[in-house]
Amino acid sequence: MKLSRRQFTKLAGGGLAFASLPLTLSKAGLASEEPIKVANILDQTGGLNIYSLKQMKAVAMAVDEINAAGGLLGRPIELIFYDAQSNNQLYSQYATQALLRDQVHAIHGGVTSSSREVIRPIVQRFQGFYVYNSLYEGGVCDRRHLSTGMVPGQQLDALVPYVVNELGGKKGYILAADYNYGHITSKWLQKYIRDLGGEDLAVEFIPLDVSNFAPVIARLQDAKPDVVWSALVGAAHMSFYRQFHATIGKDNMMLASTTYSIGREHVELTPEEGEGIVIATSFYDGLGTPAAEDFIQRFHDYTGETDYIGEYGESGYRGLALWAEAVRRAGSPEPEAVMDALGGTAVEGAGGLYTIDGQTNHTTMNIHIAVQDADRGFQAIRTFEQQPPVDTQLVCNLYENPNDTTQYVVEID
Amino acid sequence: MQRLFSDFRRPSGQRPGAIWWSFIAVATVVVFALPQVLDLAQLLDLSVVFVLALLALSMSFLWGYVGILSFGQTAFFGLGGYVYAVAAMNWGDTTLPFLLGILVPLAFAALLGVFMVYGKISDIYFSVMTLVITLILNKAMRATSGDQYVIGDVRLNGQNGIPGVPPLQVPWNPTVTLFIDHVYYLSAALIVLVYVGLRLLLTTSFGRVLVGIRENERRIELLGYDARRYKFAAFALSGGVAGLSGTMFAIWGNFVAPEMFGLGQAAEVIIWVIVGGKSTLIGPIVGTGIIQYLTSWLGTQGVGQVTLVLGVVLVVFVLLFKEGLVPTLGSLIARLFGGRRKQGEAE
Amino acid sequence: MDTLLVYAYQVAFSFSIFILISLGLAVIFGMMKVINLAQGEFIMLGAYACVVCSAVGLPLWLAVPLAGVIVGAIGILVERTVIRFLYGRVLDTLLATWGLSLFLVGIVTTIAGPQSQSVPADLGGVSLGGLQVPAYSLVMIGGACAMLLGTYALWRFTSLGLIVRGTMQNPEMARALGTNTSMIYMFTFGFGSALTGLAGALLVPLFGAAPTMGLFYIAKAFIAVISGGPWPLLGTLSASSLYGTIDGVISYAFSSVLGEIAVLLVAIVMLRLLPQGITGRLRKGL
Repeated sequence: MKLSRRQFTKLAGGGLAFASLPLTLSKAGLASEEPIKVANILDQTGGLNIYSLKQMKAVAMAVDEINAAGGLLGRPIELIFYDAQSNNQLYSQYATQALLRDQVHAIHGGVTSSSREVIRPIVQRFQGFYVYNSLYEGGVCDRRHLSTGMVPGQQLDALVPYVVNELGGKKGYILAADYNYGHITSKWLQKYIRDLGGEDLAVEFIPLDVSNFAPVIARLQDAKPDVVWSALVGAAHMSFYRQFHATIGKDNMMLASTTYSIGREHVELTPEEGEGIVIATSFYDGLGTPAAEDFIQRFHDYTGETDYIGEYGESGYRGLALWAEAVRRAGSPEPEAVMDALGGTAVEGAGGLYTIDGQTNHTTMNIHIAVQDADRGFQAIRTFEQQPPVDTQLVCNLYENPNDTTQYVVEID
Repeated sequence: MQRLFSDFRRPSGQRPGAIWWSFIAVATVVVFALPQVLDLAQLLDLSVVFVLALLALSMSFLWGYVGILSFGQTAFFGLGGYVYAVAAMNWGDTTLPFLLGILVPLAFAALLGVFMVYGKISDIYFSVMTLVITLILNKAMRATSGDQYVIGDVRLNGQNGIPGVPPLQVPWNPTVTLFIDHVYYLSAALIVLVYVGLRLLLTTSFGRVLVGIRENERRIELLGYDARRYKFAAFALSGGVAGLSGTMFAIWGNFVAPEMFGLGQAAEVIIWVIVGGKSTLIGPIVGTGIIQYLTSWLGTQGVGQVTLVLGVVLVVFVLLFKEGLVPTLGSLIARLFGGRRKQGEAE
Repeated sequence: MDTLLVYAYQVAFSFSIFILISLGLAVIFGMMKVINLAQGEFIMLGAYACVVCSAVGLPLWLAVPLAGVIVGAIGILVERTVIRFLYGRVLDTLLATWGLSLFLVGIVTTIAGPQSQSVPADLGGVSLGGLQVPAYSLVMIGGACAMLLGTYALWRFTSLGLIVRGTMQNPEMARALGTNTSMIYMFTFGFGSALTGLAGALLVPLFGAAPTMGLFYIAKAFIAVISGGPWPLLGTLSASSLYGTIDGVISYAFSSVLGEIAVLLVAIVMLRLLPQGITGRLRKGL
C-alpha cells in the first residue's frame, strides 16, 4: 500500500502509512531500478501497539529519507508493512510470507521476546536476515539476527552505580514484570546492587495483567527500602505509579526504572505522578543534543505528530539506518554479504554513536541517565559513552561460532 | 435435493448419502492437489486453518451434537501443545510425544468429565467452569518464568512460551523431519479424517444417543440410557481432538505459548464455530478459514486498527446470517432448488 | 502496622473492584440473559468518558456520574441498533457483542491512541492502622457499596423496578398487562450499561483508562455473576464478597499471582458443590 506524504499525515492517527511513493522515487531517479525489499512486522493492533505505533512510522521515515537521497546502492528501498496484531501466530505467517513470497532482503520488527523467537527460526530456515529493534533481556547469539536495542548489562552498568552510590539507594526493592525480561533484569539488578555493597530486600514479579497494586504498596511500606526498582511493563502496570504516588510518594522512597519512558509511560501519568523517577535509556526526547533535536524535528514534520517519540520509536529508525549502512559497506543487500559487513558498522544517530559489535551482533551505544522533571520532561543527569553489550559478550562469540543460534541465559552467581 | 443438504445440516443420525461421499472425495482431491499451485507461504497459511479447524470441530461436535458448550476447549488445545513440546524436546523422538499430545488432553478431559458431568453441572455453569479451567492453566503457565520451573531439560518459560519446538519426524525414519508442505499434507489428512470420523460417529448407536440427549435428555434417561456416561465419553473425545489440534499447532509454528490457553483464544474458537454455523460440522471449518484469512489479510492492507474492521464485519454478519454461514447458504440453496416443486404442489 | 486492619482494607478494596466490574453485568446478563462480551469495553468507555469530561474542565465528582449517563446512552443506542434484534438468540448475541467489543477497542485506539490516560483524584493518602492507602480507594469502596444499594432499592422498592422484574420474568404476561416491554428492555439494558460506565469512571484515578483494559475485567465479571447463581444482585454480592476476601488475603499474604489463581480454584470448587450457583437453592428473586 502506497500513500503520499499528505495521505500519510492524514492517516497517521490510526491508519497505516507508507513510504516511498512513486513521486519521491522518480524525483530521485530511482523509479526504474529494482527495489531492495524490507519487511517491517509490528503490532499496530492489539495490546502491544503502545510500543509499535511510533516505531512503524520511524522506520517508514528512515526508508523515505534514504530514497529521497538517492536510494541505497542506487536502488530504491521498498518497505512492506505487516500488522501482526499482537499475535505470535501471525508473526510466524508474516515472516514466512515476507521471505518466501515477497522475497525481502531483511525483516525488521517484533516487539516481545516471544515474537522474536518465533521469527528467528524462520529467518534461519530460509536464510534471511533479521533486525530486532527493541530492548530485551539479552543473550541471543545468532549471525542472522541484529539487536539494536539495549540489553540489561549495558543499561544497569550505568544506572545502578548512580542510584546506589550517588543517590544513596542502598536498600532496594525490585518489582518486575513476570516474564523473561523481568526475571533476567532483576537478576542483573541484584548482582549489581550486591557488588556495590547494597542490599536487595525483595524481588516481586507481577503478572502483566495485574493492575491492583494495593498488596504490593502495603508490602513496600513494611519493607521500607530506599529505592524501588521498577521493571514493570505494559498498560496494567501503569497503575503502580499512580497508586505509589497516592500513598508512599517519591519523597519517602526513590523510584528508578529500566523500562519507564520507553513505552512512553510518563506521557500517561500526571506530572506529579511521574516527577522524580530516575531512568536509563539510549534515547529520550529531552536529550538536547543537536542530533536529537534534528531527529525530533524531522519526525514531527514527517508524521504531523508532536508528542513524545521515545526509545521504541527512535530504535526503529536506528535499526534501519544501521542495516542500510551495513548494506552500503557490503555493496549488496544480500543477507550473506550484509552479515559479513556488520561488525564495526557505525552510525551517528539521535542518541549518539551506534556501533555494531560483531562478536554478538548487538549494538554498542550511549546510555543516558535522566530524571523526570515537574513538566513531564526529563532532566539529563549524565551520559555513559559507548556502553558495550557486556552481558551478551560473556556468552556469545559469533567470530568463533558462526553457526550458533542459541539464546543464552547468562548465569549470574 | 432437500436430502442433500440435510447431510451437512443439523446432525441427524442418518447415514450420509452418495452426494455427501462424492463431496468428501472431491474436497479431498482438491485439498491434496493444492500444493501444485500454491507457494509455501500459502500452504503455511492454509495449514494453520486446518489445524485450528480441528479445535473448532472439537467444540462444535460437543455443542452441536450433545448440546454442551465448552467455553474452554483451549485448555486441551494448550495442554496438547505443551505436552508435545516438552516431551519432544526432552526425548528427541517425536512419535510418542505426538500421541501423548492427544492422550494427555483426552485423559485430562476424562478427569474433568468425571468431576463435572457426574457433578450434574449443566448449561451455563458447565461453560463457565471450562472457561475458568483454561484461565487457571493460562495464569499458572504464565507464572512459570523463573528458572526453577523445569520439566526434564525444558524450561516452561512463562509468558514467553517455549520456542524451538522440534518438527515432527517420520516415525520409521527419525532423521527425516516434516517440512512446511509435509505439515500441510498431514493437517489436511487429519481434518478430513476427523470430519468424516465425527460425521460417521453420528450414524452409530452411540451417536444417536448423543443427539437424543441434545434433543431431550430426560427422555433418553427414561429410555434406560445413562446420559451421563455418553456425555462423559463425548467430552473426553472432544478433549482428545482439541489436544490433537494443539499438538499440530506446536508442530506447525514450532512454538507454544500461554496465549493458547487464553481468553482471547477461547472466545475466538466460539466465533469461528458461530460464524460457520454450529449446526453443521463443515460450518466450523469454513468459519475458521474465513476469520483466519480475514485477520491475516487485513493485517497487510493498511486498514489502521484491524479490530475496528473485523468488529464491524462480525456485527453486520450477525444481522445478515441468522444461523451462521453454512446453514444459511444451505437453506438458501435448498429453497432455490426446492422452491419450484413446492410451488407446483401448492397449485 | 495493624495487621488485621491491613487485611480488612485489602479485602474491602478487592471486594469493591469485584462489585464495580460485575454489577452492570448482573443486570445485563443476570436479569436480561444477554451474554454481553463487550462488557469490558463498556467499562473502558466509562473510563474514557470520565477522562474526556475532566479534560473539558469538569471536576471529578461531576465527571464520574456524567460518564455513567454517557455510557447509559451508548448502551441504549447499542440496544436499539443491535441487541433488540437478538433477544432469545443467545449465539447471535455472543457473536454480535464480540464484534462490538473488537469495534470499540479499535475505534477508541484510533481516536484516543493506545496510551493509557488518567484523571488524578488529588486526595493523597490516609493512614489506616499505620498503612498509607490512597484516600481515593475509600471513595471507590464507598461508591461500590452505594451503587449496589441504589440498584437494590430501585428494583425492590419502586414501581418501575417491579415492572422491570416482572418483564424479565414473564414478558408475555407483562405485555398482556399493558407494559411496553420493548421500552423496558431498552431501559434495563441502558441502566446496566450506565452502572458499567460508572464503574469504569470510578476506576480511572487509580487504574487509568486504556483501550484494551476491558480484557482484564471481563472474565472476572462473568465468573462473579454466574457463580452468584440465579439471584443476580444477592448472588453478585455474595460472590464478590467471597472472591474479594480470597483475593485480598492471599494477594497480601503471598503474591498477586496466587491470589488470582486461588480465586479461580475456589470458583471451580464452589460450582462443583453448588452446581446452580451460590443462590441456586434459594427461591427465585433479586
